[in-house]
Amino acid sequence: MLFDIQILETPLSVQDCTTFVTDESCGAIDVFIGTVRNQTKGKKVEYLDFEAYKSMAIKEMQKIAEATSAKWPVAKIAMHHRVGKLKLKELAVVIAISTPHRQASFEACKFCIDQLKETVPIWKKEVFEDGEVWVAAHP
Amino acid sequence: MTNTSAPFKILLFGITKEIVGSSTIQLELSEPTVGALKAKLRSLYPDLGTLNYLAVAVNENYATDQQQLRLGDEIALIPPVSGG
Repeated sequence: MLFDIQILETPLSVQDCTTFVTDESCGAIDVFIGTVRNQTKGKKVEYLDFEAYKSMAIKEMQKIAEATSAKWPVAKIAMHHRVGKLKLKELAVVIAISTPHRQASFEACKFCIDQLKETVPIWKKEVFEDGEVWVAAHP
Repeated sequence: MTNTSAPFKILLFGITKEIVGSSTIQLELSEPTVGALKAKLRSLYPDLGTLNYLAVAVNENYATDQQQLRLGDEIALIPPVSGG
């Protein structure tokens, strides 16, 4: 199997992703990790709450993996996204990509996370001390 | 035989779930298209009109406003996504 695409309610493992993509045809693995930041525009974040339309999110992530493989000489892609309540510093998303040479892995990994943020039906609520907001919902 | 007045069930996520106050809603549509569905929802829940955008997915694929809805389709409102 070329792709390992998962939406998980449990903590993500970078090791699981890199182990999956490691391939003897490849000399490069690039990894993107999205983590929970402690503030947004100066407001202190207490935690994030992620919700997914899981079945469609998996399909959209699969489409991204396929588009990435069509553009770069990718051997394997792992994309794991967490849902539920995440504390500061926890991992929200891990993407790992293996390619024969490093340039393609950098570019392909950036493409994957950029696309994920555009099209995959996952929503993030920032919870502050004094309220909460669904990210990017309003102008 | 199709009955276009029969209710369509719509899945709601994120802020749309909060605006409507439920994770699903059933609607009757005189014209079974994605565009008509959005218009009806915006008239029932004006706060949906304040969002950056509002997409609709039919059977887990993004749909255009022109797309026809059929009974039994899995329909979902997709407010601005913010994964990652």
